[in-house]
Amino acid sequence: MTNTPFDPESLQAILSDAQARAAAASDVASLGALKGELLGKKSTLNGLKKQLGGLEPDQRKAVGQQMNETKSAIEAVLAEREAELSATERASQLEAERLDLTELRDEIKRGHYHLITQSRDRLEDVFVGMGFQVAEGPEVETAWYNFEALNIPDWHPARGSFDTIFVNLGEEEEVMLRSHTSPVQIRTMENQEPPIYIIAPGRTFRSDVADATHLPAFNQIEGLVIDKGITMGDLSGTIDAFVKAFFGHEVKTRLRPSYFPFTEPSAEFDISRADGSWLELGGCGMVHPNVLRNCGIDPEEWQGFAFGFGIDRLAVMRYELDDIRELVNNDVRFLGQF
Amino acid sequence: MKVLLSWLREFAPDIDGDPVELGETLSGLGLAVEEMTVVGKPVDGVVLAKVLDLSPHPNADKIQLVQVDAGDGQGQQVCCGAFNMAVGDLIPFATIGTVMPNGMEIGQREMRGEMSNGMCCSAEELGMGADADGIHIVTDLVGDAALGTPISQALGVEEDILWDLEVNANRPDAMSVAGVARDLAAALGVPFAFPEYEVPETGDPLDGLASVEIVDPTLCGRFVARVMRNVTVGTSPAWLANRITALGMRPINSVVDISNYVMLELGQPNHTYDLAKVPDGHIRVRRATDGETITTLDDTERTLMAPDGVIANKNDEAIGIAGVMGGASTEISETTTDVLVEMAWWDPPSISRAVKRLNLPSEASVRFRRGADYGENIDRALRRFAQLMAESGATLAPGVIDEGGDLPDRTPIQVRPEKINGILGTKLDASEMAGHLSSIGFGIENRGDELNVVVPTWRWDTQTETDVAEEVARMHGYEKIERTVPKGTEAGGLTDYQKTRRVVREILVGAGCDEIQPMPFLAPGDLASAGFAEDGVTLANPLVAEESVLRTTLLPGHLKTVAYNQSYRSAGVSLFEIGHIYLPALDGELLPDEREVLGISLADRDATHAVALLDVLERELRLPNVQLRDATPPGLHPTRSAGVFIAGQHRGEVGEVDPVVAEAMGVEGRVGWLSLDLEAILNGPHGKRSYKRVSKFPSSDIDLAFVVPDDVPAASVAATISKSAGKLLASSSLFDTYRGEHVDDGSRSLAYRLRLQADDRTLTDEEVGEVRTKIIDAVAKNNGGVLRG
Repeated sequence: MTNTPFDPESLQAILSDAQARAAAASDVASLGALKGELLGKKSTLNGLKKQLGGLEPDQRKAVGQQMNETKSAIEAVLAEREAELSATERASQLEAERLDLTELRDEIKRGHYHLITQSRDRLEDVFVGMGFQVAEGPEVETAWYNFEALNIPDWHPARGSFDTIFVNLGEEEEVMLRSHTSPVQIRTMENQEPPIYIIAPGRTFRSDVADATHLPAFNQIEGLVIDKGITMGDLSGTIDAFVKAFFGHEVKTRLRPSYFPFTEPSAEFDISRADGSWLELGGCGMVHPNVLRNCGIDPEEWQGFAFGFGIDRLAVMRYELDDIRELVNNDVRFLGQF
Repeated sequence: MKVLLSWLREFAPDIDGDPVELGETLSGLGLAVEEMTVVGKPVDGVVLAKVLDLSPHPNADKIQLVQVDAGDGQGQQVCCGAFNMAVGDLIPFATIGTVMPNGMEIGQREMRGEMSNGMCCSAEELGMGADADGIHIVTDLVGDAALGTPISQALGVEEDILWDLEVNANRPDAMSVAGVARDLAAALGVPFAFPEYEVPETGDPLDGLASVEIVDPTLCGRFVARVMRNVTVGTSPAWLANRITALGMRPINSVVDISNYVMLELGQPNHTYDLAKVPDGHIRVRRATDGETITTLDDTERTLMAPDGVIANKNDEAIGIAGVMGGASTEISETTTDVLVEMAWWDPPSISRAVKRLNLPSEASVRFRRGADYGENIDRALRRFAQLMAESGATLAPGVIDEGGDLPDRTPIQVRPEKINGILGTKLDASEMAGHLSSIGFGIENRGDELNVVVPTWRWDTQTETDVAEEVARMHGYEKIERTVPKGTEAGGLTDYQKTRRVVREILVGAGCDEIQPMPFLAPGDLASAGFAEDGVTLANPLVAEESVLRTTLLPGHLKTVAYNQSYRSAGVSLFEIGHIYLPALDGELLPDEREVLGISLADRDATHAVALLDVLERELRLPNVQLRDATPPGLHPTRSAGVFIAGQHRGEVGEVDPVVAEAMGVEGRVGWLSLDLEAILNGPHGKRSYKRVSKFPSSDIDLAFVVPDDVPAASVAATISKSAGKLLASSSLFDTYRGEHVDDGSRSLAYRLRLQADDRTLTDEEVGEVRTKIIDAVAKNNGGVLRG
């Protein structure tokens, strides 16, 4: 075995060469190839290792240590260069991917609930929370449901105040577009044994020419409670509880005597405005014994109250709409605002 | 009903306090204050003037030239838009520099080439009353005020408070100044009393002058009358004219003004006859005969029906419609000397029906319909009338006619205090209730545990214990009732239908559709334009023709909405609506077949987008067995539409609007359309969800393209695939459709991507191959599909 004397200078040359070549590597891939050349089995450094066997044991230890240091130094050079290169590559990749996020392309379009649906759902949710169920009924009604069962006989002066829209079915003035949601009270009481706790939202109709504050078709909500021992105090308390839940706890309510043929005693209910004045919201009262009898309910056993108010008006108030016709125009520029 | 504070005080002198608080008290009694105004404030610069001359404006039809003398003896020209003056009339005149109550300053102006040097004023402009329709003609002066005297001084107008009250139909008593005073006095706890009226009778007794016969006692409960002689029809004294002016009526002449005054003050409508025109002064009260005619005070001939009430003369000719309007033949005129005045009580339903049928509402009938006072107020009103007539110079024939018919039952109502408390939620004792009731004139007898309540004659509407409860509550104060909440234990909630309807909305909003709620009215012809039968229910009393038909489909409303949006350049709208349609009544039914349905319109989209939305609904609502079947639904594109069948039932239509229909409804471009019978669908099978284990084993995808004849629906190919693949088919989707080169005419290529997977193992190539072969064979056999190479 021939011993080629070990030249420590050669290790320094290897490291210098590695530094120069690493610096010259232009990307991470060529650096990977370089790593194989410098540290792989066929590398010069590896070739030198084979010469270690020819050295004296004490020298062998020192040279071996030098070779390991050189290897570590090369690895450090490569790692440093790799970090540099990959940072550069990432930077140029990111730059290439740069997006102007204000160039909106695929618009995700969500639709909108109609304002009346939103108001109605909110009302339903509040009343459901208070223990009410939601009842519905037809919009075309007979005189029995719209008037007579509600204690409004044909001669009654109150009939005129409804400005009813009649339709050409049956006898004259026998069938009409319901002028209030109260027919649902009758239908519910006819079909359901008390106790009854319902609200009845829905479309109602009056013979009005559409203008900024009137529509011939609009929406109301009606409430009806029939149970044992229901009092006018319960009516007043229920309205107050609803108003506080719906409008806020600072809003006050009051009842004023009024008249509806289907309730006795009857009242209007007002809510307080921020400036301390009162706003009339709707009508209410204790269900008239004749109405209960008309539905086969014994007024000595059961008592109840009813109330009603406009849904459209709530929407108009909430958003300060200046023209109620927008609720039926269905302009998407309007619908999209809510 | 309008009331003046000074007038209320004639019945309850101690009514006093802040007018706003008094108004609140009135509202608390159920007499809601609609408006409160201070009337009769002197307006500096408005003086008494005289009309010297009237002439047409040379350049304008709607104004005239008036020469007025405002006290300087010289004529001044004014341009005036009212035409109710005559030469010689005295009027209020606003001189230059006057600031009117509404803030307008009167200046010298040129109007169409003529100078105007002031303004002739209406009662409303001066804040004297509600009459805004003409210049206020002065009929009486305080003392002998000269021209140029400040008008408030000349008329003796004093500052007063005017309340406009909303009076409900159950308060006939509150349709009078005295009735409002009674309620207010009771609420304030101050005395209320009617004044005594002097009735100096002279001359021939009434007996030989007039007589009354009530033929139908169900029509007329009471008919009371007097005769006044030596009547001069002139002008009213200023104080009386001022008051009726303040309440919104225009002074006409001394007799008419007294008639109105008594009605406003005491609530008793009345009617005057020129006695010379009533043969033998005999009056018969009966129902009309069908077809009977009468010319009423407004010079209109009216045809009557049997239930109408009639005042007839001794020849049985109608001379008035009872409680509604008098006849022209006996009208008071300038030559009238003898007057018969009628005070009657009419059956409210009879009057109501006649007013409605004849469409003749009036100040009198509105009181009769609600049930006027049938008690001593009639006599009182007659005395008041007689007194005012005597003050105006008439002589009163001694005696009164007082004929009676059927009057309301006055049996006392048995009232249980505990029932009243049970209704109200109060703890009042019987004496407190009695106190509240007697304060407004109810008669009370305490009978052990019960109260016997005699309802006063001015409260015709009050008939039951519950009605009495309202009176107790009113006088107790609604706001004093303690607030409680019902103690029911029912659970609130929505029905399944209502919940799922919300889900439908949520799905569609999420899919980008805006919810619309058009009114359900259509114009005649809209249904035909939209391709439907013109069989919508029609309105009997539509206000406008465009809103006179009820929809039988949502389609026309959607197309109008699309067109409306397009007119504002909102293109490509996606809309949905859940609303009622009204189909012709089913056999034996009176009401239309009303249903809640869903409509979706997609502007600038074709039928496939409508189908895609149906697919979303199908998946999310778990609609069972949804099929599209050949159909030509009305209004839809004949070759781009289908019937929607769910669980074997026809539940709707899908496709695209027929271009002819779109054009007729003013819509540009294609419109995708889906309509579903929501009520039927959600009341039918849907929403069935069950757990199926999610496989953890690898899946295999295979793509298969078949050339299939055009007349074979893709859905049937998909059905074949699904059936033949069996339970290893995890999913299948049609990812490409191709027509053109390499595919025969009359056919297209349908490419499906199928995912096969088992939930207990990895499929072998053999298994996959087996399924593939089965599918290919089945599609070839069932659908004539050929696998593309």
